[in-house]
Amino acid sequence: MITVIDYGMGNLRSVSKALESLGAKVKVSESPSDVKNADRLVFPGVGAFSDCMDEVNKRNLQEPIRDFIKSGKPFLGICMGLQLLFESSQEAPGVKGLGVLKGKVAKFTSPNLKVPQIGWNQIDLTQKGKESALFKGIENGDFFYFVHSYFALPEDEDIITSTTNYGVDFCSAINKDNIFATQFHPEKSQAKGLKVLENFLTITTG
Amino acid sequence: MLAKRIIPCLDVKDGRVVKGVNFLDLKDAGDPVEAAKKYEQAQADELVFLDITASHEERKIILDIVKKVAECVFIPFTVGGGIKTVEDIRELLSAGCDKVSLNSQAILNPELIKKSSFRFGSQCIVVAIDAKKEDGHWQVYINGGRTKTEKDALLWAKEAESLGAGEILLTSMDFDGTNKGYDIELTKAISTGVNIPVIASGGAGKPEDIFEVFNLAQADAALCASIFHYDKYTVSDVKHYLKERGVIVRL
Repeated sequence: MITVIDYGMGNLRSVSKALESLGAKVKVSESPSDVKNADRLVFPGVGAFSDCMDEVNKRNLQEPIRDFIKSGKPFLGICMGLQLLFESSQEAPGVKGLGVLKGKVAKFTSPNLKVPQIGWNQIDLTQKGKESALFKGIENGDFFYFVHSYFALPEDEDIITSTTNYGVDFCSAINKDNIFATQFHPEKSQAKGLKVLENFLTITTG
Repeated sequence: MLAKRIIPCLDVKDGRVVKGVNFLDLKDAGDPVEAAKKYEQAQADELVFLDITASHEERKIILDIVKKVAECVFIPFTVGGGIKTVEDIRELLSAGCDKVSLNSQAILNPELIKKSSFRFGSQCIVVAIDAKKEDGHWQVYINGGRTKTEKDALLWAKEAESLGAGEILLTSMDFDGTNKGYDIELTKAISTGVNIPVIASGGAGKPEDIFEVFNLAQADAALCASIFHYDKYTVSDVKHYLKERGVIVRL
């Protein structure tokens, strides 16, 4: 069973429909036990960092998410679901993220850029990205759909699997052990995005 | 690099596409779900559905279309037309669309932009502005261009941004339907006047028009309807044309 965490933030229907179109059995749920007991866990989300953490906390989901990640089973964070893995964000000073990964989240600041970044941008795979099971069949320069104003700055740069240029070269995907996460929305990135989700469904970890 | 977006617009009335698509090889060109699939295959970057159904009681129909499109189309799509309340927006987003476009109601009740962007995030709130040139500036019209407002388009765009809009969908009433190209002057003024993406609309008749609105007016995206009528050009044709001229597009 694949659980898509429903914590009231964002368009979950598109994530679950994309996974279902690939033949997956999906449960959209906010129950701590569905999170803990999933075979694969998807953590989506859009909106503000502090609102998202509030909603996660309201539903007592911090521990179940951490327990799932410790279990070694495949985990996929999408957009805000990537950012929340880190310790903090410039968007919400003082608010703690899940802190599963070391690092923080920063805002785009280049003067001539429109924020949020909305649209299709390219990814450059790092060496780790080229070897990543999540990016099987994905090439350097492939376009994915992004909607965000903030991006992650991992302390350990070796976890970065792709970067993307928007004024700066920012971290657009990461992988550490069983944790996979993308700043872009694979569920909205047509064939290439579906390929990433398909890869996630067949990844073996732990 | 971030690509310039091509966004076909489909006008939907009583659950059927009434403008914006005429694919020769479609069994039913009036079915919004089929049209959406076809545009996705042709490399459209996003889609806009404009619900022009007159009666508010018919909102179920558009919700049903949104649900069906979300099941089989995996690019972002926006729904506009007749949206009045935060609850209308919640229903559409939970049916599966990614963004909503607010027009008349945003003018009549600017709090709607603030409330909805706070609740759902700026990324899903598009403010549509219909502008017409009068006495050297652009006046905002609502109710499908029938009612003149007191607002200046540039000031309103800035106000919408500060209220929480994530994007501006800008239609030139002077150029809409003319096929003579986008209003470069208007689009440039708004696109350089705000710090959120601007989708240009109204007037595209050929690929050169789209090239110009990106190149001369710094639009972030181009909304197109009639250019894709009668299979004269496909989205992919337009994108190849742009790519050959150095515009970054997703192909």
